Amino acid sequence: MTGTTPRRDWLLHLGVIALLFGVQFVLPAYHYSNFSKIMVMASFAIGYNILIGYTGLLSLGHAMFFAAGLYGAGLTVHHLGFDPLSGFLAGLLAGLCLSIAIGLVALRTSGVSFMIVTLMFAQAGYLLTFYFGELTRGDEGFVLKEELLRVVVGDTGFNLIEPAARYNLALLLFTVCLLGSLILVRSAVGRVLIAVRENEQRTTMLGYHAFLYKLLALVISGTMSGAAGATYALLFTYVGATFAAIQYSILPLLWVLLGGSGTTLGPLLGTMLMFYLVDFSSGETSSYMLLVGAALIILVLWAPKGILGTLREKWVPWLP
Amino acid sequence: MTLLVTSELSRRFGGLNAVDQVSLVLDRGEIRAIIGPNGAGKTTLVSMICGRVAPSSGRIVFEDEDITGMRPWQRVRHGIVYTFQITSIFGNLTCFDNVALAAQRSDTWATGRWWPRGHGHLAETVLAVLDRVGLSGYGDARASTLSYGHQRLLEVAIGLALRPKLLILDEPTQGLAEDEIVSFCALARDIAREATVLLIEHNMPVVMEIADRITVMDNGRILAEGSPAEIKANAQVQRAYLGT
Repeated sequence: MTGTTPRRDWLLHLGVIALLFGVQFVLPAYHYSNFSKIMVMASFAIGYNILIGYTGLLSLGHAMFFAAGLYGAGLTVHHLGFDPLSGFLAGLLAGLCLSIAIGLVALRTSGVSFMIVTLMFAQAGYLLTFYFGELTRGDEGFVLKEELLRVVVGDTGFNLIEPAARYNLALLLFTVCLLGSLILVRSAVGRVLIAVRENEQRTTMLGYHAFLYKLLALVISGTMSGAAGATYALLFTYVGATFAAIQYSILPLLWVLLGGSGTTLGPLLGTMLMFYLVDFSSGETSSYMLLVGAALIILVLWAPKGILGTLREKWVPWLP
Repeated sequence: MTLLVTSELSRRFGGLNAVDQVSLVLDRGEIRAIIGPNGAGKTTLVSMICGRVAPSSGRIVFEDEDITGMRPWQRVRHGIVYTFQITSIFGNLTCFDNVALAAQRSDTWATGRWWPRGHGHLAETVLAVLDRVGLSGYGDARASTLSYGHQRLLEVAIGLALRPKLLILDEPTQGLAEDEIVSFCALARDIAREATVLLIEHNMPVVMEIADRITVMDNGRILAEGSPAEIKANAQVQRAYLGT
């Protein structure tokens, strides 16, 4: 019966986390750093997936939530001298507040209008980073100084940009986001979100205030994206307007579609494949985006549900 | 005892009076059938009662409370449940999840909590409801894989899991086979023991068999109202609808 034997799900997800923990001891330095970045970006994609995959809302403006976290952490640490943990919380809070505000306005629309409204808000956010250029230094961005990223624990301490600290903190963020999304979609609330995705009007006639559930999904999604942005700023030290640009609204969409929209592990798989596809093809040719485009066309033609979505449909129906 | 009253309820679509000054009184525990030719305004009337369509004028009172301006999901909480004419179950979800969506909703209302009680409790409720409509054993099946008749039953199961005081069934037997209709009639009588049933139905034998009272609509107005025997004998109804 659906949901009565959740242990298989948990074993699979904990297994993936354990695997990510384990490979750090064997990965060469180059991939070690890549994996840290992939786990942060996969957390962003997990947040995005809650909205598109489980609630059926396609946002074209998620860069603004990522950037809210990125700047929320970056600016407070850089200008106000916040310690890294406070900076992270500031970024998280920025993502939370922004998603509530945007949700209250944008969720009055749906479908194509929702895509356009989120896109417009994200563009406004992008331009804001230039408007406050004195603080953000716009496109050029700024780099957090190493000494600001030192965390003291008891007598000892470590720096966030040390590879091991970076890898394991990225893994921590990823673990929280992944297990959080698993718990959410397996819960009573998750069942309602999926119902909204499948048929919003019918869900209303079951006594659910669909707007509140969509708002909740957007807030969870935006806050996770904000947390990923904050973590990115703190672990990789660079804070710039590129992360608020349209590109970073499209990328999570592509990652999620590639891995499998509406599957909990799809975002990780999609992010990792896309990262290495770009990495590999940019080494072979300067027109690497062509290869990425070709991969996407293949995906849309033969596996529109993404890799894990197709897998679930054909062979592993219990995949969450 | 009166459950629902509509007073002079109207709905205009452009120049068309889909429902025109309808005053209807439903008693607790009865099975009321609404019949009438296509376009008589039956579905528009029940859509106003459940809140999917806003009335142009008139009032709706449910359990002595004016619900005219109430949103649809709030009406469900008050016990007004609508099952769709066009089957609109969640095809990609299992039958279990379809019913669980409704059951967890009514459970949070019953307990006054934000969160439904544990999974075991929910599962018990869901399986009992599936069993009641004759779908036991189908819990794990994807709803879209069911036969049409079974999908209609699932639709009723979703309605029942919301613990309705007033269950509105919009053409429930449409497209069902003979034996399915027989078991549906038994189910409707069973439901009527704890809820009021408002039924839109074209199948006259079904209406005559299970309805306590019948309301006949034509051109948005109530043409006649009475027991099945009275309606059968009503000359006006025969002219307008039964076609003799």
